[in-house]
Amino acid sequence: MDGLTPVAQRAPGRWQIATVTSIERETPRAKSFRLALPMWMPHLPGQHYDVRLTAPDGYRAQRSYSVASSPLDEGEIELTIDRLADGEVSPYFHDVVVVGDRVEVRGPFASYFVWRGEEPVLLVGGGSGVVPLMAMLRHRRRTMPELPMRLVYSVHSAADVIYAGELEADAAITFSREAPPGWTGHAGRIDGPLLVATGFEPATAFVCGSNGFVEAATGLLLENGVEPDRIRTERFGPTG
Amino acid sequence: MAAEASIRCEVMSEFVSRGFTGRRRTPDELADRLPPGQYAEPGFPVLTAGPTPEIDPGEWSFRIDGMVAERAEWTWADLHELAFEEVPCDIHCVTKWSKLGTSFRGVSLDTLFETAEPLDAFAMAYSHGGYTTNLAIEDLTDGKAWVVTEHEGEPLPREHGGPARLLVPHLYFWKSAKWVAGLRVTDHDEPGFWEANGYHNRGDPWREERYWTD
Repeated sequence: MDGLTPVAQRAPGRWQIATVTSIERETPRAKSFRLALPMWMPHLPGQHYDVRLTAPDGYRAQRSYSVASSPLDEGEIELTIDRLADGEVSPYFHDVVVVGDRVEVRGPFASYFVWRGEEPVLLVGGGSGVVPLMAMLRHRRRTMPELPMRLVYSVHSAADVIYAGELEADAAITFSREAPPGWTGHAGRIDGPLLVATGFEPATAFVCGSNGFVEAATGLLLENGVEPDRIRTERFGPTG
Repeated sequence: MAAEASIRCEVMSEFVSRGFTGRRRTPDELADRLPPGQYAEPGFPVLTAGPTPEIDPGEWSFRIDGMVAERAEWTWADLHELAFEEVPCDIHCVTKWSKLGTSFRGVSLDTLFETAEPLDAFAMAYSHGGYTTNLAIEDLTDGKAWVVTEHEGEPLPREHGGPARLLVPHLYFWKSAKWVAGLRVTDHDEPGFWEANGYHNRGDPWREERYWTD
């Protein structure tokens, strides 16, 4: 972590009222929400926004969600939200929010788990941990398609694949519990050979998922010679 | 104009999320212990920016140096010769969860500062693995900070900073550096790891000091 250049601090911190412009169902548990922001500013791929819900009696709940879209989408952001059964904010988004609704947000925040153009880049995502990585992949495809970046994405089964229509040759998927019939790719948990199949030494590896997933994936990266200071992790806190 | 501006402000603050009533409300007797924007979480989530370091207590030590009357270093055995305190507390993570009614056990920074008396107002805590976080000395003294080795009666798990972490429960939990290796007392304040990456310089949860500009 030494040697990181602190970035200039901007002033993104104000709450603003965004409008939901589209909702896309990704999986039975995940939906992507496009929000139009009156005070939009470009984010770094990997940054997050805070969302705040307010009840009529003033009760409030806040959560953080990673941005899934490229900062080239001017004026809007996409948040992909996993529905947690015992959650408070994610069930609201899934069960209540419709296009045209307004939600309070502020951001973008945090400048560590962000991609600033370094290469080559290895992205390792488990489940909805793919969301901030997709912002990086989408942005790279639109700005520097030749830049070596590869996503290794672990999901339980075919029904859990978020952004299924966008996983191209730069993405390798593995089904940790149940591969679809006729699947000839990797099955089972992420392993060393799958991670090193990129054929490059990552300048930075971004790993995002549950704590267990991140521990396992970083352990494999370390075993395969990736230096600890080249591995950036983001672990799900409990959210919802 | 002034009236119009104030009306607009009021409208902003009265924003209501259509159809939101709130599900995970905290019982009244605990609600007063939740800082703004936080919710009570029964578990103890892990949030670490890189791989989890593995530090054997035999290799662990804690040092206080820099602007101090006398620099000092404690090994695991040295630390355990000092007075341990039980620290019941609530902890608040900037990612919005709080853990109410938990406890740690360790040595007060007041005790360690008796040996290495700070001569200036600031400190940078640093950890095995390279993590840093900045704290004012006044946030570390008078019974507000500890080096802890136990959580709820068990040795502190590695993923939560074991064998030893800093505990500064009145600030957001990123200030409670895991795998803590020492404190450098300085004559000026400078941002640590998360503080240089967009989070607040001090991090008081009751003032909701989450991000740099809050």
